[in-house]
Formats: sequence, C-alpha cells, structure tokens
Amino acid sequence: MIPHAEFVHWWFATGFLLLGLFLLAEVVVGPEVWNRRPWRRYLWPGLCFLLGVLMWPVMTFYTNSTIHMIAHGSWAQALMLAGGAELGVARGKLHSQYWRLLSSLGLAVSGAAFLIHEQQHWLFSRAAFLHHTLGWTLLVAAVFPLLQAFRPRSLTAATGFATTFVVMAVLLYCDRDTAEIFGHISQFAGVPHR
Amino acid sequence: MSAELARELQAAQAAQETPRAASLRVRLVLVLGPLTALIGLAWALVQPYRLTLLHPHGQGFWWLLSEPPLYVVLAGVFFRLLIAPSLVEDLQSEELG
Repeated sequence: MIPHAEFVHWWFATGFLLLGLFLLAEVVVGPEVWNRRPWRRYLWPGLCFLLGVLMWPVMTFYTNSTIHMIAHGSWAQALMLAGGAELGVARGKLHSQYWRLLSSLGLAVSGAAFLIHEQQHWLFSRAAFLHHTLGWTLLVAAVFPLLQAFRPRSLTAATGFATTFVVMAVLLYCDRDTAEIFGHISQFAGVPHR
Repeated sequence: MSAELARELQAAQAAQETPRAASLRVRLVLVLGPLTALIGLAWALVQPYRLTLLHPHGQGFWWLLSEPPLYVVLAGVFFRLLIAPSLVEDLQSEELG
C-alpha cells in the first residue's frame, strides 16, 4: 500500500524545515561557531544528500508518467550533487567557494522539475497551485547560493538561502492533493481531500 | 584628565555592549526551536482536522502516521534539545574567549 503523494510532501517538508532551521542557526551564530564541532559541519549537507537519496524511491513508486520519472530522477541527482559537494567542502577535501554553485544548480533544477512535471494550470487544484508556486520560488531562490559563491560572507544571501527552505517547507505542508485553492477546483480534479 | 576618563568610559561601554549583542544571538538560537514548536501547536489548534489522531476511527496506517502539525512541533523540539545546547555553549565560549 503506497502512501498518498501529499504524505510524501509532508515528510519532505519536515526535512526541509530542519534544513532551514540548521541554516538559520548558522546565519545567527556565524560559520566559525557553527563549524566548531565536526558533526555539525556535516549536518545540513548530509541531510541534503539524504533527501536526494530519498527522492529515488519517490521516482520509483510515483512514476505516473515519463515526465514525472525524469523530474524526480533529475531532482534526486541535483540534490545529491549539491549535498555531496557541500559534504566535500565540510570534510576539507574540496576548497573552492564556487562549489556552492551546485546548490544554486540544485535549486534551479528542483524549481524546473516542479514546473515541468505539473501538467495542470495554476487553479486546477491546490496541488497544482503549489507546484507552480514552489517551482517559481525555487527558480528565484537559486540566486541566493549563486550570490554566496561569489560573496561567501554575504548575510543577505545566507539568510535568503536559509529562508528558502523554510518557505519550501510551508508550501509543502500546504499540499493537500485535490483540495480547492482560493475556492477553485476543477471538475476534473476529483474528490477534495482533507 | 577628562579625555582619559572619557576613554575609560568608552572602553567600559564597549565591553558592556559586546556581551549584550552576543547574548542576543544566544537568545535567537534558543528561541528558534520553541518558536517552531509553537507554530506547529498553533496550526494544530487552527486546523485540528489535520490531526487524524484526534479522530482515529476508520483511518488507515498512513493517515495515522501523517500528522503535519505534530511534525512541525517535533522539528522544533529536536532542534531545541539536540542542536541548540551545544551551539549556545560554543557561542558563549567564543564570547568569553
């Protein structure tokens, strides 16, 4: 018995909420204090990598169409790539600040994946609306890690990057499959859920 | 003499301001988890129907496992109990040292 898609969205939302909390805490205390304990250095890159790994079962079990498979698969790869690069930086194996560009790529690919695999219009149902909102949010938010790659000390970029994950978590928690959005639901969307 | 006094006063003021700014950071770290948990709790109160545990009759396994407001509360508690204490400790040792 496979869980509904919205359940998976809520589980991922919790992962992204934790990612956001870790990154916000790092912004507050600064990278020097955050990196003082080795285990803390691996916390957010490790979680990002894990979320990428967990996208593979999503790809396997939620393949409604070829476009879903491509979206989820490319998404898994992008998250693992970004997480892996940050793990390499945390371990000290990678040194260049430009590895942060992969996080920007990860967000851009995730945003594109959201937009591409949602085949309905904005007001078809709540899930459709949230897919469009998430997609555009992530595409715009890809600018924050891009900025960080060139200005690693930028507080605005770090705060924007951290806040992106919190916003993403909120939007994912709002997902309720075929529930209506702003009073709209397409007659083809199916029975509204809770 | 008065210039020397002013310099001493300035130094004392600066010494007082540094811990105040730093303790704000400590407070921010300590408030992140409880604030998150509080938001989860508020969500549960506003939308109690999102918690199937409150009306479990006839619900399947996945519906009973999926309790989004509780997830938010748990994320806040996790951060407050497992992440914040060591972070505050490191922050305070940086402030002192």
